[in-house]
Amino acid sequence: KYIHIINKADMAASKGLKILVGCKRVIDYAVKVRVKPDRSGVVTEGVKHSMNPFDEIAVEEAVRMKEKKLAGEAVAISVGPPQSQETLRTALAMGIDRAIHVEIPLAQLEKLQPIHVSKLLAKVCESEKPDLVILGKQAIDDDCNQTGQMLAALLDWPQATFASKIEPSQDSKQLRVTREVDGGLETIDVSVPAVVTSDLRLNEPRYATLPNIMKAKKKPLAKMSPDQLGVDLQPRQEVISVEDPPVRKAGAKVESVEDLVGKLREKGLVK
Amino acid sequence: MLNGILKTVQLVGSASRARLCSAPTELVGGISFKLSEEQQSLQELARKFTADEIVPVAAQYDVSGEYPWPVIRKAHSLGLMNLSLPKWLGGLELGVFDGCLATEEFSFGCSGIQTAILGNGLGASPLLMFGTKEQQKEYLGRLIEEPLMCAYAVTEPGAGSDVAGIKTTAVRKGDDWVINGQKMWITNGGVANWYFVLARSDPDPKTPAGKAFTGFIINRDTPGVNPGRKEDNLGQRASDTRGITFEDVVVPAKNVLGTPGMGFKIAMGAFDKTRAPVGAGAVGIAKRALHEATQYAMQRKTMGVPIAQHQAVAFLLADMAIGLETARLAVWRAAYEADCGRRNTYYASVAKAFASDVANKSASDAVQVFGGNGYNKEYPVEKLMRDAKIFQIYEGTSQIQRLIISRELLAAAMSVKS
Repeated sequence: KYIHIINKADMAASKGLKILVGCKRVIDYAVKVRVKPDRSGVVTEGVKHSMNPFDEIAVEEAVRMKEKKLAGEAVAISVGPPQSQETLRTALAMGIDRAIHVEIPLAQLEKLQPIHVSKLLAKVCESEKPDLVILGKQAIDDDCNQTGQMLAALLDWPQATFASKIEPSQDSKQLRVTREVDGGLETIDVSVPAVVTSDLRLNEPRYATLPNIMKAKKKPLAKMSPDQLGVDLQPRQEVISVEDPPVRKAGAKVESVEDLVGKLREKGLVK
Repeated sequence: MLNGILKTVQLVGSASRARLCSAPTELVGGISFKLSEEQQSLQELARKFTADEIVPVAAQYDVSGEYPWPVIRKAHSLGLMNLSLPKWLGGLELGVFDGCLATEEFSFGCSGIQTAILGNGLGASPLLMFGTKEQQKEYLGRLIEEPLMCAYAVTEPGAGSDVAGIKTTAVRKGDDWVINGQKMWITNGGVANWYFVLARSDPDPKTPAGKAFTGFIINRDTPGVNPGRKEDNLGQRASDTRGITFEDVVVPAKNVLGTPGMGFKIAMGAFDKTRAPVGAGAVGIAKRALHEATQYAMQRKTMGVPIAQHQAVAFLLADMAIGLETARLAVWRAAYEADCGRRNTYYASVAKAFASDVANKSASDAVQVFGGNGYNKEYPVEKLMRDAKIFQIYEGTSQIQRLIISRELLAAAMSVKS
């Protein structure tokens, strides 16, 4: 079990939190996703990819916390294929200080699950010792919404998921996180180190400016492998098939409420 | 390591024997059409900016004719303006090619706004090529610090293609010069902070053009500088075009570019750097025309099927694609020659002439694909037709370009023993 004890001094006075931000390379949200003919997955070859939108929000939050002097250093991490480097360069261009790429060989990429990613991140946390890990609440390709929660459990750290606001707590010794839940907003205080996952309304990510894009090339980007981290990527699930959702059938227009009730009765939907 | 060696090969220009298409740089022999990572990032940023900041407001600026200051300020804050300014001034010192990448993207959104954003390139060019360090620091430095505009003022009501026929005078008065005259159709004329102005400094009509003109840098707030009203033009209506009157404008000697008499060479030298980007602007229109026409053709139905399935329409799209691909490559070649440090006049004229024709035909064909709807302001393509026309006129008319191309090719032919 990994235990990290932080000096509980006033957060504003300390040299700031060290933040680790997770970024995943996913198919771009604007692309029309197509299922492969053999139904084993979706077409990714030659398709536009970009940073998961919730991860962009996470990166933006880390950079803002640096600008507010709440954070001292922000490190981005991505678990993925060689092209994940481009995703990390985007994070660096937005203001992250350095990046870590855990490279997954192509053969194992399709079978990678949140359980593996969270184990890899937990191992990195052991050496990097961040005070705060911010992840996107879910990736738009698998919609799992698991990695943040699993990571917190593995590290035995508190978690604050679906964050729409992150600020210092009243006594500045903890983080006050506002969460978006089904019933509305829930505000909780979490002690650091902690895992927070970002939701849509946390912030609006900035454009990387062109000068920062050019500078990002010079920022450090370290590479690691799952073997080096000692994590087993054995898949625990098997994808049987991937199919298109059923084609939406045309509806019918009715002229009056009576017609509507009649039709509903016909279909046996009301008695 | 292989990447490093390939980069060296590319730079040195020596041909490699092996086919290296599979390598990251995709070199085939000595040639590659692959953009570098930095170029891809620039293109992506420009594309995103265009989609978010230009496309949603283009129609509104086209109607109102207001200068797109909010868009300019945003572009400036992202470092998307003044791309070629040197690093020692705080610029990114990007090449002509990189400028073309950004220009094509902005132009896809709105070529009027694109002209406003990148119009600084033309005004700055003479200073970049012939200015002293003090002049560059003073006038180009300003452009980097704040979103200020500049303008290139050569054309007059009586002289456009005939640059040697301009009548604005520059008369020496002690250490100063006094400028009198009228300029016309000056892009950014009403919003510029300073102008590059070409004036006749030698009144003797027998003096050859190469010695009779002088280039000046003139601050907008100099007494006697009077921009006229904003002209109401057919297209690129977001761009600010005006006549400017110079009435006894006193300019200090330190604002002379190069030396007195050098003006013609300076004014013409600027075009070698700016013709390729103007071509890129035309390519942006062609790309937008093809995009809009394709989307429409897939939706609109006639005789029971989307009109894209009728060959007459599909062939219109194919011809637009032919024009787009070839115009872009011509622009890339012209930009590449400039960045290699060579005089690119021939290629720049070919690119500008061809791309402007392609833009006009594509825009007109896009209206055709849209049919009756295309003729109407509710649809985006009539604007493309109006915006495209000026590309055959400014930066050297299509006729002047053909003059330049024919002169260049005949000079080359005459230098070879038959």
